[in-house]
Amino acid sequence: MIRLDDVSVSFGDLTVLDEVSCEVNRGEFVGLVGPNGAGKTTLLRTINGVLTPDSGTITLDGDAIADLSSREVSRRVATVPQDTHIGFAFSAEHLVEMGRTPHRSRLDWAPPGDPVERALERTETTHLRDRTVDGLSGGERQRVLLARALAQETPALVLDEPTASLDINHQVGMLDIVRNLVSDGQAAIAAIHDLDLAARYCDRLLLLQGGQVRASGPPARVLSDPTLEDAFDTRTAVARNPVTGTSIVAAVGDRAETEGRVHVVGSGDSAARAVGELWRAGFAVSVGVVPEGDVAAETAARLDVECQTAPPFETPPAATVERARECIGRANVVVRTDERGVDALQTAIGDATVVTIGSAEATDSIEAAVRAKLDRPASADD
Amino acid sequence: MGVRTRTAVWSAGLLAALAVAVIASATIGPVDIGVWTVAKASLNAVGIPTGLSIEAAPTTVAGVDLRVPVPDITYTYPFSFAVPTIAETIVRRLRLPRIVLAAVIGFALAAAGTVMQGFFRNPMADPSIIGVSSGAAVGAVATIALPLAVPFGLQTAAFVGALLTAFAVYLIATEGGRTPVATLLLAGVAVQSLLSALISYLLLEAGESLEKALYWMMGYLHNSTWEQVEVTLPLALLAFGVLFAYARDLNVLLLGEEDAAALGIGVERTKRILLGVSSIITAAAVAVAGVIGFVGLIVPHMMRLVVGPDHRILLPTSALAGATFLVATDTLARAGPEQLPVGIVTAAVGAPFFLYLLRRREVHAL
Repeated sequence: MIRLDDVSVSFGDLTVLDEVSCEVNRGEFVGLVGPNGAGKTTLLRTINGVLTPDSGTITLDGDAIADLSSREVSRRVATVPQDTHIGFAFSAEHLVEMGRTPHRSRLDWAPPGDPVERALERTETTHLRDRTVDGLSGGERQRVLLARALAQETPALVLDEPTASLDINHQVGMLDIVRNLVSDGQAAIAAIHDLDLAARYCDRLLLLQGGQVRASGPPARVLSDPTLEDAFDTRTAVARNPVTGTSIVAAVGDRAETEGRVHVVGSGDSAARAVGELWRAGFAVSVGVVPEGDVAAETAARLDVECQTAPPFETPPAATVERARECIGRANVVVRTDERGVDALQTAIGDATVVTIGSAEATDSIEAAVRAKLDRPASADD
Repeated sequence: MGVRTRTAVWSAGLLAALAVAVIASATIGPVDIGVWTVAKASLNAVGIPTGLSIEAAPTTVAGVDLRVPVPDITYTYPFSFAVPTIAETIVRRLRLPRIVLAAVIGFALAAAGTVMQGFFRNPMADPSIIGVSSGAAVGAVATIALPLAVPFGLQTAAFVGALLTAFAVYLIATEGGRTPVATLLLAGVAVQSLLSALISYLLLEAGESLEKALYWMMGYLHNSTWEQVEVTLPLALLAFGVLFAYARDLNVLLLGEEDAAALGIGVERTKRILLGVSSIITAAAVAVAGVIGFVGLIVPHMMRLVVGPDHRILLPTSALAGATFLVATDTLARAGPEQLPVGIVTAAVGAPFFLYLLRRREVHAL
């Protein structure tokens, strides 16, 4: 549906897009992620024809945008803008009617009818139709703007930070509607700065940084791609959203300097949390044995933490267990987050100072517990 | 009620108000004439153009004899009520030309003002925002102050000065085919400052014609003629027709240029048309009547409060209200013992009203 080939845009000396190529197909929701100033909005503005690129081509359904009139482009791509401030007392219905502009002649004043009704219904804004736009809340206004884009009845939809200023319930509501439209065969591309929301709703993510596509693919892959950390210039850790099962990303931030080695035994979210928190506190952290593909393993890989992994649901190989024993032996404190996989290491743990974390929901600071143990050696504890 | 019905109803109502204002204004003057006599004489004056021929009229420009083609329009007068000759002459030859010209000028300025406020998305925009009035003033004051320097009529000089200025401001603000509205606004302000320096200089040099120049700059409708109406009325109606056709585009432009482009509006082209046509009618109005302020600023505001921001209804109602407003204020201007320039009256009435709206916070948003 939408295809960009080597699209470059510069404003003066500043190159905002540098030979970007990408594609959005019908029935696909592509999320555009990347730090501020990465060129996300600029990329969207080339797709809806507002901005003419310096070089490269954009095609819509096989036709180059440069060969299409502004009107023809607007019959293929509808835009939900980022800045939702509208200082005029137009009614919501009138605003949605304006979405019909590319389909109507200049002198056609007849009420546009069906497309507007359908758009209002689909976005659940029918009850707002007579309200003036400047009196709507941010969430309502954003839905009305989405309705305007739907009234355009285009095969492709461009959304620039559609959820930026919304409460979480409206964020989800907004993206649910887009998701449904995509299921009905529309193509959608949205700049979304909330990585978790992007991962939850998009089929594919496009990581943009410095005007270039750094990574592209399914959300789980893009979010765990090392380029993500470069792009945002911070350490990140990926976990799984316990409710939706989609990837969530946390910026880990800068690391402190602390004396002491800590080994984490356990798996899953609780172990991942322990690894992340202790790493940030500055301890020399190791973890294992954890099942391959476990969140704790992913987190450890992200943070360059030594990690012993073994295939899931099998007895770990002796060599792996031995390396984990060595880690435990070197550690000043061992943190146990659950009982799983501990059997083989029981003897090694027996000699060490142990902190046991009850569950992933434990609110106590793991770091504080470890520090307390370090200050008071095991012998004094008994 | 659909937008078409609303537009028709409001326009019909305001047209009736305009007719009442015209008749009422024509009864006012040094000679007392009854309302019915005035109404009949006014109807007698209604002419419908039925024929057009082009004649080559001999003209002398800068000492050279030229034959300039001049359109000659024949009119049919459908009404012929019996009215006393003196009353008919006073109404038809003295009062009506001025009243009708006031209506045309008010119509043109309010229409242009509505378009400019929408175009600039700025409540302080008026028809002269890009220097049209200053340019006209330079042309007019130069003609008055330095009669030898400008070899053609004052109104032509003002009209040409107005359009040259608007075009210059447009060129200054345009880069690479784009004319950002903010740049246009600033370029307009700067050029206006430059031109007012020039006007001040010309006024110093004006000597005995200073009073005439000042009168022109305050806007005056004395000595109005049917010939002026014949030129400005068709121009105003034609220009209004073009602007009215763009009413929906203007609505979409209010959302911002970025949005408008995404909705399929050819933004730069539409801006050029709106700016060009508004400048032409403003220039024509200012050329015949001098600088009349506030009509193009407060009338669109007032009507926006009443009918809302939809230009399909706002544009015709503003234009008609502007016509009525200027007929009323010009009546005030000429009714007193001393005839005042109408610009003084529009400003004296308009500015306090605008301040009142400002205090009520009605004009903060367009």
